[in-house]
Amino acid sequence: MASAKRIFLGYMLSIIIGIFVGLAIVRFKYLDENVSPLILGLQTLPSICWLPFSILWYGLNESAIIFVITIGSTFAVSIAIESGMKNINPLFVRAARTMGAKGFSLYWNVIIPASLPSIISGLKQGWSFAWRALMAGEMISATKGLGQVLMVGRDLADISQVMAIMIVIVILGVAVDKLIFGKMEINIRQKWGLDKV
Amino acid sequence: MSVVVENISKSFITKNDTINTLSNINVEFHKGEFVCILGPSGCGKSTLLNIIAGLEKETSGRVVCNGKEVKGAGPDRVVMFQEPALFPWLKVIDNVEFGMKLAGIPKDERREKAMKYLKMVHLTRFQNCYIHELSGGMRQRVALARALTLDSEILLMDEPFAALDSQTKNILQLELQQIWLETKKNIIFVTHNVEEAVLLADRVIVMSANPGAIKKEFHIQLARPRQPDNIDLAYLAADIMKELKEEVEKVAKAEFDTNWTSKKDLVLPDSDSDMGTGI
Repeated sequence: MASAKRIFLGYMLSIIIGIFVGLAIVRFKYLDENVSPLILGLQTLPSICWLPFSILWYGLNESAIIFVITIGSTFAVSIAIESGMKNINPLFVRAARTMGAKGFSLYWNVIIPASLPSIISGLKQGWSFAWRALMAGEMISATKGLGQVLMVGRDLADISQVMAIMIVIVILGVAVDKLIFGKMEINIRQKWGLDKV
Repeated sequence: MSVVVENISKSFITKNDTINTLSNINVEFHKGEFVCILGPSGCGKSTLLNIIAGLEKETSGRVVCNGKEVKGAGPDRVVMFQEPALFPWLKVIDNVEFGMKLAGIPKDERREKAMKYLKMVHLTRFQNCYIHELSGGMRQRVALARALTLDSEILLMDEPFAALDSQTKNILQLELQQIWLETKKNIIFVTHNVEEAVLLADRVIVMSANPGAIKKEFHIQLARPRQPDNIDLAYLAADIMKELKEEVEKVAKAEFDTNWTSKKDLVLPDSDSDMGTGI
């Protein structure tokens, strides 16, 4: 399905960019002081507001929609990574340093695994942002895909089609959440012992 | 092969003034020696340990470890903290292997050595558990095993048993003594517990507060393995307690309201009243 391909591409791109931006902010204090407020500001901008920009930039095609998806979820991912890494227990880092961890190995062996719970919740949030951006993009500028079918339903005044598509969107969202993120979360919660309330 | 602390001072700058936590500390730790640093809360003993570990920067002075100046944390000076500081995303065995993995030791060798030290702390049955499945005492044992795997000659311990219940603490103290007798590492052990210090150490360094400085050193030449109910230990502990009492009172006076007096509200016993012990 066209929508699935778009969201997959856009979401993967946003994860990659988001991780790099998040890591860079954590690593370099200069970036943290100067870029973080900007990212927070951009995060408040609804992804549909990027649509006119991306249509002007890319034209009415696939790239425009993928751009909107990417930009819609990148900031959520990078903010989650940044706050996740800043809020890990400093004792983990101290202990690792006395055992000889520094630079890359410190990040790979300690900081990233320690912040995984919050990284996953960031990815989850990014997913829902990406999904919204996809719908917005498709409703306005696509020739196929779920959003476009939704708009066709509106044009034909066919309320049953409109409702059916809305339900499909919700079901897809829940399915991905349960099957992918849900499993990761349960796995981590068991390992860390967070499920014993 | 030893750790030499030369003229270490440390001050923190706050909004209003500078606080001198440590002033001109000079001390030497020898190879294979078990030293306890004892002092009232807030005297900077943990700060001193962190400086030796390289986790905190000194304001002036230097620490020389095996002839080289300390420039940061490193695996030649492993630290065991009050909290176990184990990684919850790794199994017990992987936690023990962690330091060796960083050092790039091959997997088979790593596993073998990790099992050896897990055996030493009697936890081989739990090698495949996650950390949250262990009790507090077991966690601290895993942390000890992890610290031992790195084969560093120096082991720094920052009140490692302070958060444990007293029975578990007693068992672990005796085990640590046994492990020290087997491995002969240079252990620098920070504590506020006089009995613990006397039980474990060859040398007890008593620190004074505000600013932190070394007040007195006690050499403890009792036969090992020592038992906590030994009467000679109690005698020595009373001796050290007398030295410490003054400092505790000083800190209390600085921290509490002005109506606190050491005579009225004194908690620590006066050792002079126990006539007849230790003769």
